[in-house]
Amino acid sequence: MIDARSLTRDFVVSRSQTVHAVRGISLRIEPGELVAVLGPNGAGKTTTMRMLTTLIAPTSGTATVAGHDVVRQPAQVRRHIGYVGQGNGAGHTQRVRDELNTQGSIYGLDRRAARQRAAELLDALDLTELATRKVSALSGGQRRRLDVAMGLVHGPSLLFLDEPSTGLDPQNRANLWEHILRMRAEHEMTVVLTTHYMDEADSMAERVVVVDHGEIIADDSAATLKAKLAGDRIVVTVAGDDARPLARLVDRLPGARDVVCDGNRVQAHVGNGPAALPELLRAAVAADVPVATAQVHQPTLDDVFLALTGRSLREGENEHGNPQDAKTPKDVPA
Amino acid sequence: MSTVSVTAPSQIRTAGRTGPLGLFRDIGIVMTRELRPLLHDPFSVIFGMVQPLVFLGLFGPLLVGSLGGQAGTALGNGGVWQWFVPAILVMTALFGTSTTGASLLFEFQTGAHERMLVTPLSRPSLLIGRALKEMVPLAGQAVIIVLVMIPFGFRLHLAGALVGLALLAVFGIGLGALSYALAIAVRKQDWMFWVVQQTLIFPLMLLSGMLLPLETGPGWMRAAAQLNPLAYLVDAERALFAGRIGTATVLWGWVAALVTAAVGLAVGVRAMARSAD
Repeated sequence: MIDARSLTRDFVVSRSQTVHAVRGISLRIEPGELVAVLGPNGAGKTTTMRMLTTLIAPTSGTATVAGHDVVRQPAQVRRHIGYVGQGNGAGHTQRVRDELNTQGSIYGLDRRAARQRAAELLDALDLTELATRKVSALSGGQRRRLDVAMGLVHGPSLLFLDEPSTGLDPQNRANLWEHILRMRAEHEMTVVLTTHYMDEADSMAERVVVVDHGEIIADDSAATLKAKLAGDRIVVTVAGDDARPLARLVDRLPGARDVVCDGNRVQAHVGNGPAALPELLRAAVAADVPVATAQVHQPTLDDVFLALTGRSLREGENEHGNPQDAKTPKDVPA
Repeated sequence: MSTVSVTAPSQIRTAGRTGPLGLFRDIGIVMTRELRPLLHDPFSVIFGMVQPLVFLGLFGPLLVGSLGGQAGTALGNGGVWQWFVPAILVMTALFGTSTTGASLLFEFQTGAHERMLVTPLSRPSLLIGRALKEMVPLAGQAVIIVLVMIPFGFRLHLAGALVGLALLAVFGIGLGALSYALAIAVRKQDWMFWVVQQTLIFPLMLLSGMLLPLETGPGWMRAAAQLNPLAYLVDAERALFAGRIGTATVLWGWVAALVTAAVGLAVGVRAMARSAD
């Protein structure tokens, strides 16, 4: 569905400064995949997507999207892909139904077919009651659903979503995703999305491509990335102020590494946190080491990013901080 | 909530659609989309003509007072309104179509323009469709002004007026296209749009003889006016609304309007092709 080879894109800011937004991205995406491109703001996610959707030409490299070359056959690519950009696709002075009708006629539907298709999509995305409303009068969540509807008018086999849920509250995000996943199942669509919400990439995508400084630094399923690059972490404290006997026990756990003993506190990476902790507690009881608290931290994609780059993804996220982050550490009472 | 048909609508065209027929179709789609808000809210036509109405209401009477006695000399036959109303129509075109780029600028900000750029619509149609749409509000505004002025003694030569309207429409397409081109050029510093528009519009207006006859001005002003397409347009509209259709003045007006339209569309289409960067 997508075959990108060594894509690069430079932006000339001034005579003395050129920004290398994308520095050689190669990516193969098969039909039916749901892929999230994850990275901090400015990593090159959007620039990559804009190249794949023919909005901007690559500085070098090639890409075939939906069977057509993005540079030589942009019109063919545009006919086959659906695209939901970061902004709102509908004109603010337009009415909801009119915008869908217009999109239908752009893709070659006659007036009747366009109206019928618009009605189907309005219904599918819960917009029927808003059909005659002006776009400027819609809420953020409603506008986003209209954007998705506009991107699906021609039943594309490949849908690009550029930060689809940025700026939406948790309830609207969940609602939007419900719609996207259902449409994907019904259309057998390939979906490529960019996001800087790691929980979104984690829970929705089957494959996560991590981008930083214009390059792909990891590409796998979220579960594999987390297991390979981050791993479970346990944090255990003892009653008293010397955790060294406990640290020796932790060291014997399967897959234990990076054991750090700090006063009454020990932390370490282990192979399987939820299994390791009861084992440690049994050993502690047998060795008469008084454990006070014990926690398992299961890794998030942020830990993966931290392991890969030494930086946290969250640093760039304060603007749209997400209160309902699904991957808070799971506390296990001792 | 029902389910959406799994397959794409059967009519969806995936084959190439090129050539002039495809372009006309695309232009039609863009123009229809641009006209819809106007259709739903016809009163919005009035917004574009506030300035000309102010000049008509607050400057026109001053003109009558100070130049009325000269009617028949500097202003030609027929009095002040016969001289001033055609110019106000040109002013309507000037203010209405030179600001129209702001709507495209807004669509750049919201993302609506980007949405159009990833559809199969041809790039030129995105500009031409918008520019052609300018004819409609402009014609509406011109008709309103003429109808309002008839009770005040404005005499209408119908044939000349219709040709005058067509002339105005062609000029409006050109100026509208230039306004869109300006919007595309300054899309990353959008405040520049109004700086440039305001900086250009008043010299163009004053050097066209729209408000006061240039014949009484200094030589350098008359020389500058000769380079101003708007001056030819104003002269042509005055001739047309006086019923003098087959004159050289009108011919020069057409030359000015057609050159404006050709340059505007050429510049605009080029700008539109690069508008995704």
